[in-house]
Amino acid sequence: MSDAREAILRRIRSALGDGNAPTQTGDRQEIGREYRRTDGRAQDTLVELFCERVGDYRAEVQRIASAALEDALTAAALRSGGRRLVVPPGLPAEWRPAQLELVPDAELTTAELDELDGVITGCTVAIAETGTIVLTSDAHEGRRALSLVPDLHICIVQASQIVGTVPEALAQLAPVVSAERRPLTFISGPSATSDIELKRVEGVHGPRKLVVFVTEEPP
Amino acid sequence: MTVPAEGFPAAASRELRNRQLRRNLGQATSTIRAKRANVVAEVPDWEQLRAAGSAIKADVMANLDSYLLQFEQALTAAGATVHWARDGAEACAIVAQVARAHGVSEVVKVKSLTTDEIALNESLGREGIHALETDFAELILQLDGDWSSHILVPAIHRNRTEIRNLFRRTIAPEIDSDDPAVLAEAARRYLRERFLSAEVGVSGANFGVAETGTLCVVESEGNGRMCTTLPPVLVSILGIEKLVPSFTDLEVFLQLLPRSSTGERMNPYTSLWTGVSDGDGPQELHVVLLDNGRTRVLRDEVGRQALHCIRCSACLNVCPVYSRTGGHAYGSVYPGPIGAILTPQLIGIENAPTLPFASSLCGACYDACPVKIDIPRVLLHLREQAVEAVDKPAERLAMGAAAWVFRRSDRMRLVQRLMRVLQRPLVRDGRIRRLPRPLSAWTRTRDLRPVAESSFVERNGSGAARR
Amino acid sequence: MKIGLFATCVADTMFPEAATATATILRRLGHQVVVPREQTCCGQMHMNSGYRRSAAPLAERFVATYGAFDAVVSPSSSCVGAIRQLYPELLGIDHPVLERTMELSEFLVHRLGVEDVGATYPHRVTYHPTCHSLRVTRIGDAPLRLLRNVRRLELVELPDAQECCGFGGTFSIKNSETSSAMLADKCDAIESTGAGICTAVDGSCLLQIGGGLSRRGGDTRAVHLAEILASR
Repeated sequence: MSDAREAILRRIRSALGDGNAPTQTGDRQEIGREYRRTDGRAQDTLVELFCERVGDYRAEVQRIASAALEDALTAAALRSGGRRLVVPPGLPAEWRPAQLELVPDAELTTAELDELDGVITGCTVAIAETGTIVLTSDAHEGRRALSLVPDLHICIVQASQIVGTVPEALAQLAPVVSAERRPLTFISGPSATSDIELKRVEGVHGPRKLVVFVTEEPP
Repeated sequence: MTVPAEGFPAAASRELRNRQLRRNLGQATSTIRAKRANVVAEVPDWEQLRAAGSAIKADVMANLDSYLLQFEQALTAAGATVHWARDGAEACAIVAQVARAHGVSEVVKVKSLTTDEIALNESLGREGIHALETDFAELILQLDGDWSSHILVPAIHRNRTEIRNLFRRTIAPEIDSDDPAVLAEAARRYLRERFLSAEVGVSGANFGVAETGTLCVVESEGNGRMCTTLPPVLVSILGIEKLVPSFTDLEVFLQLLPRSSTGERMNPYTSLWTGVSDGDGPQELHVVLLDNGRTRVLRDEVGRQALHCIRCSACLNVCPVYSRTGGHAYGSVYPGPIGAILTPQLIGIENAPTLPFASSLCGACYDACPVKIDIPRVLLHLREQAVEAVDKPAERLAMGAAAWVFRRSDRMRLVQRLMRVLQRPLVRDGRIRRLPRPLSAWTRTRDLRPVAESSFVERNGSGAARR
Repeated sequence: MKIGLFATCVADTMFPEAATATATILRRLGHQVVVPREQTCCGQMHMNSGYRRSAAPLAERFVATYGAFDAVVSPSSSCVGAIRQLYPELLGIDHPVLERTMELSEFLVHRLGVEDVGATYPHRVTYHPTCHSLRVTRIGDAPLRLLRNVRRLELVELPDAQECCGFGGTFSIKNSETSSAMLADKCDAIESTGAGICTAVDGSCLLQIGGGLSRRGGDTRAVHLAEILASR
């Protein structure tokens, strides 16, 4: 295998000319970034935009006061037939409705996860322009399988977590990746396919139902 | 990767007769094209994003060796095992070795053009390992022994009734509806069990981040998440050109790709993982860095930009040739305008000499490309190589004669006069309806305007009479 | 202004009326129009077909013939595109005349600022924007601005106007069946407008479209934009 490594590196250097010398980090080009890297709009405008864009993906989305969240979570779960929901270890107590049977993720097998109706998670950052929530396997989000295997995903987004653009979100996520190497999952609406005659079908393998609550205050 | 020797014109001629293909394809390409146009129009800095995307990729190619070493180092530090493969056979052998080491007879696979390029499924099959395609369209094609006709929607040439009949024969004997939602549900049920029990997952990657060792898969259905999260072992294969320098650079491509590809603001799921995460996802990660002709492409300073491609398929959807012939006519894993410039470079122009000519040079692909690959320019470049690689004496003679005539104006006037005489028996009602070969290729479907009774320059020209 | 008229080989041979009309329009606007007898072909066919080296002497010939003019005007956006874009990129030619070479409608609208040439043309007309006029020379809506000011002309919109007609130079022969499929869709679109005339700024595309319409036997004809603008 190291033969292949050396051969490929040699081929690259030969293709690039310069007497087959290795390229140096100093040879790299500064990239002109004339595109928007921030969004100047007011936070409330961004929250509205986020809700509109999440709705465009046919996800359920609702702005809600923290005080009303518990009832709303219960209602949303029951509406989708969800009684037994898995919760990540760090999910705040305010986001754990008493009326539902909540199963803490104590190393559940995937088969056990598959038996559950849904999951409640928070998120790390959300993008208004694209209607995207980003999970980073933090304590209030849980490992990746949690938001993947059960058929219903309820996600709570705090209004202050919403940024305007993709670059703003990635700026927040960079340290999560470089320092902690945590995996990221960008979610924009429920699982979907358009493979048959381009007709969109929601729900193939990921959760078929995505419910997003936007709360004003952190718990 | 090989392409059929018959060449594009013959294959296109066959595909053009497939009415269902043309109808489906016409509808699909125009629908996606309109969606793309809408979501691109709402981005005020689209051109700046394209410029940045192009510059980032150019930088990657110019420093590919050092970025690959940085990527390898970051991945290793994050607990992954990095493999290098000079060609498809080496890459397939690495995957097979990992599968054998874990004693599995089946791996679950995310849709990946790179693995199609190296015929991974066939190769694993010979080793007794079944590679299960889990993308909905890829599953359909796999069940039917068919192959992709579009990068984004591979089964676009099939209709719902055909798919229902196929499912009845294969994975869902009880199915009685051809509603796409019911068909998708059947695929979900069939695959779920396999996902939950899979020991080894295989994926490609849309991007690899040199700085952090992060891999990125962009998808819609969630099968990508399943394959990259649930199996304890994951093998990700990526072409060496798939790198971006830094995590920050993804801010450009995660905007360009979904809007150009599916015409969505963002695709449903994007997964990014950096090596192995304790207690979350695969605990054994292999990354295969594949050359398979890419360093050959890199040698060509004009053609090199084909390596910038992020596989969005926007160029297919806007291409007037592709939207009529479909992907199979190109005979390659990479169809459409990008295929016409990438395939001949990957496998050698002498092995795909007709592909660079499969274009009317309308330029729509260049305008649509999110990383500004100047496809028409590369097509011209490769046409020159094709002419040198495959000698066509009659064409060479005709082109040489035309150039000889045009080198002097008196020759051109003389030839015009000659043509006026020669065409006389052919002109009826002011048009020519029939010409001998090879010009019969024109008159089979079109009339030809005759040479005019007098040349404009002859009548109105001033200055030196000869030269 | 002393303008060199570059007819192009296609117009000179098959559409002399388009070149004549181009000269007429420019002279009416008070310009001196010269038709150099030395002109032949820009070499686009050779460059587009893989015979770049054969095109080099033709390009040098173009520059030698037209280098001294204030402007060069041609009734073909495709040839102008080849001159402006491919001469520098493919042949390494760098001469100020390349930038001074323009297609007729872009010259009128963008250089002279003229949108009304005083034409009258009592027909129902649809306009096909050719690929190279859209994406290489990028003349924008110059032809439409001119057409809108033609007296008694009824302009009707062409569905899927920006789709290629399928000409593509030697593509029309090498891939004649694909080219014909593209042409059939273009002719359908043109006929659906009920226009009697389809116009464009490229003789080569008009050769394709006109040939297709003629074979179908309908009443719709392909006419070069210059001829419409020169009509009184």
